[in-house]
Amino acid sequence: MFSYYLKLSLKSIRKNPYLSGLMMIAIALGIGASMTTITVNYLMSSNPIPHKSEQLYYVQLDSWSPHFPAQEPNEPPDQMTWRDANNLMDAQQAFRQTAMASSGAVIEPPDRDNKPFMASLRLNFADFFPMFDAPFLYGRAWEYADDKAGNYVAVISKETNDRVFGGENSVGRPITIGGQQFTVTGVLDDWVLVPRFYDVTTGAFKGTEDVYIPFAMKELMQLPNGGNTNCWKSPEGEGFEAFLQSECVNYQMWVELPTQADKNAYMAFLNAYAEEQKALGRFPRPLNNRLSDVMTWMENQEVVADDAQMMMWMAFLFLLVCLLNTIGLLLSKFATRTGDIALRRAIGSPRSAIFSQYVMESALIGVIGGLLGLGLALLGLQGIKQLYGSFVSDLVELDLTMVMLAIALSIVASILAGCYPAWRACSVPPASNLKTQ
Amino acid sequence: MSRWELGPILRAMTRNKVGAILIALQIAVTMTIIVNAAYIIVERHTMMQRDSGLDEQNSFYLTTTGFGADFEPKRVITEDLDLIRRTPGVVDAIQINAIPISGGGWSMSLTTETGDDADDVNTANYMTDEHGSNALDFNIIAGSDFVASDVRWRERNQTDWPDKALVTKALAESLFPESPWQESVGKTVYIAEDEPVIITGIIDKLQAPWIGWSNLEHAMITPEYLVSESTRYFIRTEPGQRDRLMAELESTLADKYPNRIIRDVTTLTDTRERSYRQHSAMITILTTVMFLLTLVTAVGIVGLTSFNVNRRKKQIGTRRALGATQGAIIRYFMLENLLISAGGLLLGVVLTIALNMALIEWFSITALDWFYIPIGVVVLWVVGQLAVLGPALRASRVPPAIATRTV
Repeated sequence: MFSYYLKLSLKSIRKNPYLSGLMMIAIALGIGASMTTITVNYLMSSNPIPHKSEQLYYVQLDSWSPHFPAQEPNEPPDQMTWRDANNLMDAQQAFRQTAMASSGAVIEPPDRDNKPFMASLRLNFADFFPMFDAPFLYGRAWEYADDKAGNYVAVISKETNDRVFGGENSVGRPITIGGQQFTVTGVLDDWVLVPRFYDVTTGAFKGTEDVYIPFAMKELMQLPNGGNTNCWKSPEGEGFEAFLQSECVNYQMWVELPTQADKNAYMAFLNAYAEEQKALGRFPRPLNNRLSDVMTWMENQEVVADDAQMMMWMAFLFLLVCLLNTIGLLLSKFATRTGDIALRRAIGSPRSAIFSQYVMESALIGVIGGLLGLGLALLGLQGIKQLYGSFVSDLVELDLTMVMLAIALSIVASILAGCYPAWRACSVPPASNLKTQ
Repeated sequence: MSRWELGPILRAMTRNKVGAILIALQIAVTMTIIVNAAYIIVERHTMMQRDSGLDEQNSFYLTTTGFGADFEPKRVITEDLDLIRRTPGVVDAIQINAIPISGGGWSMSLTTETGDDADDVNTANYMTDEHGSNALDFNIIAGSDFVASDVRWRERNQTDWPDKALVTKALAESLFPESPWQESVGKTVYIAEDEPVIITGIIDKLQAPWIGWSNLEHAMITPEYLVSESTRYFIRTEPGQRDRLMAELESTLADKYPNRIIRDVTTLTDTRERSYRQHSAMITILTTVMFLLTLVTAVGIVGLTSFNVNRRKKQIGTRRALGATQGAIIRYFMLENLLISAGGLLLGVVLTIALNMALIEWFSITALDWFYIPIGVVVLWVVGQLAVLGPALRASRVPPAIATRTV
């Protein structure tokens, strides 16, 4: 029966090529626009570390001014002070933990012909690598003991390794970063995180860093601040040390807490810590500490751009117009078929047969339109890449889920669009229609 | 009334209610999207037209980062600036901590009195010497510019501020809303709640680094050089000299002091393009959507009307045989569309306002100006009429003789 209806549908589509084409193009445009925007939103809001996103928590402490919150209505600052970051690290109360900062420094390759270059730095603790599943090509992460001792050790990206060491296994070799000699303990493999969730303060869709060194280097090498620095009061005194000891926030902190009990315990620890600091005259605000898991934090930081969401809703409305269009055209098309339908009903077809046949026809139009729409979505994504530049290139890939979604969406949409016209078609009264013929 | 055949048109419509409702709905949703999209486009376009105050066509900047233990920032910066300023084709050059409209920079809060309760005004902070007005192309409209002796060196991690500053007119107005901006000269403001700075001059225009910031027009300049291995020079050239000087200065500076990296040699026009890219992309996308949507709706109307014409061929022929002119047939279809559109557009006005309210609620969009709605109504009415014209003309050519034949 299925193949017979399919044959009938094809025949009917061929009978009105312009009208059918029009419907397919309308559906294709609607699906194309929707899929383009859904893909961008889907990738922007994708979970970068699905298997443990619920065990990784971003830590916020409310160390802000007594007079106003860091952010309305009553949000704690989105980063942490140097003092708090180090205190929490010293406490070692979580299963894994890392405070971190971003910075930049000049790398001087050992051979003279290879020009020095500016590299992006991440300052972090040893736990950073296992916490975020950083993939190692050679070697391994440094140890917490290196963090404590302030050893000059570094993990470098594959790209940096290619540039400085020509892609060889450089574990154990020296590398000059910011005028200081470091020892390479590990080389990362290609590491793409969309979004780069561990630090979204200056944009969520940046690449991972060139070089990773211990957090303590911030103080030892007096490295400049990367990202955003916010202060609610000026540092007391002059110099780098005064800045580090100030109430200025420039550091991020993540902890890994495998169970809910761990989370509760860590929250209790944070609150106790805040009380302790209050006793020392800091933390003038009421207790307002937060632990947000990866996806909650992404939502809090509004990683999905407003424009992308707005476009998605507009695209859905666009699809709605295309569907209304298709319903109207199908109605007209089926209306010309009353003669056939009346005849078939008169010689014994049940209504359900007529109904399924016409729904089949709309679904077929939908599938063809959907496939065309996929093509348009590919074009649309290329267009987005052109318009927004390379920084969105990780956001404009169609994956299998999206392809399946596009086809499903077009079939569902076209069947919905086809239902009413098909129902109208099958309720044709056979007798009166045959009479007029 | 009867001349316009409104009665028969309405009666015919009630026989095919669903068809008419579908077209009306389609027009309503189309209007909703088009009017809101047009409003967003105009809003973004206006945003992109804002003037940074710089001579953007003839300016560029670069970053130099020195390395090695024997690097002397003060000497290198002084010599670099001297060299760049003496280069033929350069109007002026400065060292500056941040580039307007580039997306990265410093900001501080200012108060007009000390104490915690004072209202604060946020401003972008630029640090440069007495060449600022010439390089950044601003004018002192009250008070006086810096002189060489005002300029100090801000050491690494030095956190105090010089006692003089220039502020933009917009910032002066925000700081002292009660008095005319000219009177702000000589007044003291407090930076970070307690450190006094005297306003010595008002400048006409200079934008902050962040184009999405609500205080974009707030800028404050303090007379200082920054002691740092990594520093930025902003260079203004004579017209037409920019591209040549970009390449030339990059190599001259690199040759003069090899222990450094020169990077990010960027024009202001590129910076503007990059900063506003999101908005120009939005404009392109929304324009495409508007165009395609109007097309889909128009083509839909053409398709449906053509079908109706085919279906009613016999009636049309009968009317023609009974003496209706070709014009009357055309008028019939045009009027029919006009009536359906009217219903759709009425609903469209309501939906447009509803969508606008939803966008205000969820996204940072401001309320639609009222005149977009009548313009949208007229445009879609015209589109509907144009779409229906073709099929209507075809209908008018149905020969009267068809009335005598069976289909």
